[in-house]
Amino acid sequence: MLELSILFPALLNGLTMGAVYALIALGLTLIYGVLHIINFAHGAALMMALYGVYYLKDSAGIDPYLALPVVIPVMFAAGYALQRGVIGRASHGKDENILLVTLGISIVLENLALFLFRSDTRTIDTPYTLSTLDIAGAMISLPKVVAFGGALVTAAVLLLIVYGTDLGRAIRACAKERQGAKLVGIDVDHVFAMSFGIGLACLGAAACFLLPAYYVNPTVGNGFVLIAFTVVVLGGMGSFSGALLGGFIIGIVESVGGLWLGESLGQIGIFLIFIAVLLFRPQGLFGAKA
Amino acid sequence: MSANRSRRKFLKQSTSMTAAAAASTALGTLGFPSIVSAQSGPIKIGIVHPVTGALSYSGQLSRLGAQIAVSEINEAGGIKSLGGAKIDAVWSDAQSQPQIGVAEVEKMNEAGVSAILGGYASAICLATTQAAAKYNIPYVVDVGVADQIVERGLKNTFRFAPGYSIVSREGIKYLHILNTVAGKPAKTVVIVHEESLFGTGTANLLARDLPGMGYEVKEVIKHANPTRDFSNIVLRLKAINPDIVIPANYYDEYVLLVRTMRQQGFSPKAIYSVLGGGASSFKFVKQFPDVANGIMDCNHWYNAKDKRAIALRKKVEAMKDQFFTYEVFLNYQCVYLLADAIERAKSRDRAAITDALANSTWDKHFMPYGPTKFVNGQNIGAMPAVLQVQKGDIRVVLPNTLAEVEPVFPWKA
Repeated sequence: MLELSILFPALLNGLTMGAVYALIALGLTLIYGVLHIINFAHGAALMMALYGVYYLKDSAGIDPYLALPVVIPVMFAAGYALQRGVIGRASHGKDENILLVTLGISIVLENLALFLFRSDTRTIDTPYTLSTLDIAGAMISLPKVVAFGGALVTAAVLLLIVYGTDLGRAIRACAKERQGAKLVGIDVDHVFAMSFGIGLACLGAAACFLLPAYYVNPTVGNGFVLIAFTVVVLGGMGSFSGALLGGFIIGIVESVGGLWLGESLGQIGIFLIFIAVLLFRPQGLFGAKA
Repeated sequence: MSANRSRRKFLKQSTSMTAAAAASTALGTLGFPSIVSAQSGPIKIGIVHPVTGALSYSGQLSRLGAQIAVSEINEAGGIKSLGGAKIDAVWSDAQSQPQIGVAEVEKMNEAGVSAILGGYASAICLATTQAAAKYNIPYVVDVGVADQIVERGLKNTFRFAPGYSIVSREGIKYLHILNTVAGKPAKTVVIVHEESLFGTGTANLLARDLPGMGYEVKEVIKHANPTRDFSNIVLRLKAINPDIVIPANYYDEYVLLVRTMRQQGFSPKAIYSVLGGGASSFKFVKQFPDVANGIMDCNHWYNAKDKRAIALRKKVEAMKDQFFTYEVFLNYQCVYLLADAIERAKSRDRAAITDALANSTWDKHFMPYGPTKFVNGQNIGAMPAVLQVQKGDIRVVLPNTLAEVEPVFPWKA
């Protein structure tokens, strides 16, 4: 019954969604790699970015793709300030404190959104929302193709920053050896805040690519955080190439699972993978053995 | 451990603070005046809808319908048997969640309402009617189509419009008539439904009864609310290629499903929904005329030949960004149904109004129902109609007594 003619478009759909998952996971894995904590506020931050994109379109009429140069710097600045002003201060040098602080921030942000924007599910309608691109007979929606391309470009920029700049070297140094980095004169607090900022900037990009074909409500981030967390675990904690590949795998598993098992049960594959990875390859695909 | 304890303490403190604040509000603003207003002054009616949240589009339209009726009644001199008492509507928002709806009923009870109206979604109605039953508050269900709402023996619950077993029974009957007249071109069906009580219940009824009429139900596909991507579902539809697609979902998802079907180049012989969005929505017809053309819907509908209905439609369409949907006219009618009961009860007393509703034979409405007659809370004369979008307008095609135009079946895209 499952013909190739529908498997192929489903695979492409999965790949495009996977690219967005990868983008969200990249931010998460960067923050994990450097700060050694899972940022529980990741989903809430994504939700805030989505609202930003929504209101730019709804109030100012700015197209989501044109909003990229606005949303990315704003998210970066918010991330930097959040790490410098709140998370770093409240952690008192203890990793488990950071965990709790980010959890707290996520609760505050979600309820703030509930208060400010109410619990409505909002969508935007752009001229291209329902446009399609014919890829070898498969009709793939245009915003998804754009999201795919955009996610790859953003990931490339991120890798360039991390592996090609002094800041990147500093980030990697802090990730490997905090004390050592401090000894050679790296401003660790600044690097931490930069990493957090870049992590949230990834979410800003993801929000711009997502919204034309998605929706936003105060709890929209929760679903993404679980998936992004699975992607990070699958790829290996702190591994960029792992996050990219993991994103694609999860996207495809979700899409094909949805085809076979139905929309409601389709996501089960993601969490089966999550459990399987933890059982048989806890370091992930690209992670180093602890 | 200490963090845990302080968190618990914090929760305890914040709960008691909230409770204290709520109590003081109730005493200060609600409790005292309600005692005064119990004998004279306006009569309080609670009107609850999902005004925000996933169902906000329908909830806001529901509220609009009720608002128009309440202000009309008040302008016409209020409830005459109560000395012209005005209706004081307590507008409340269930936020598209049954548990919030229950909390709202509690608040309305505190506020001293004489009756409650609304709910819109089946899941919300199921919860709110039960909460209202606890205080013997008469409850008029505006839409809520699940059969269970009137099957639990609740004496306070009255539904003016048909439930989903009536609508799906009639829907299947009419579909069979359409198909038989056309020479039986359609044999296979796929049902696409939303995951909550309304969609699942309707889909189950259809999947049970369609095979008996000679249709093969190829698949029943469930989706979540909200769903923002129907690509996979439409891919499956394309692979199965059924003659008829029957959607049973709420507006946003219906629109996206039908638009994605068009986008993916899939056009079955008919898109025939039972209680599902599109062909009963002027918004859809106006925004996406090319996609909407030809779609059919067996749904709540007014007698399109009734002057009062036409007048109300004009009134609503003159408002900015408003559409004349079943949410609007059902709520409009339900307020009048309740006002008629209060008029006859000559009392603000909950039990008296409940009795008046139970004995209601109200016929001053523009629905094709005949005088109301409630059996176990269901208005047994309530019937749906089959609608089809033709030339950019929604037209009644069945039953023949109400039909405005001839149906086009199968539709040639």
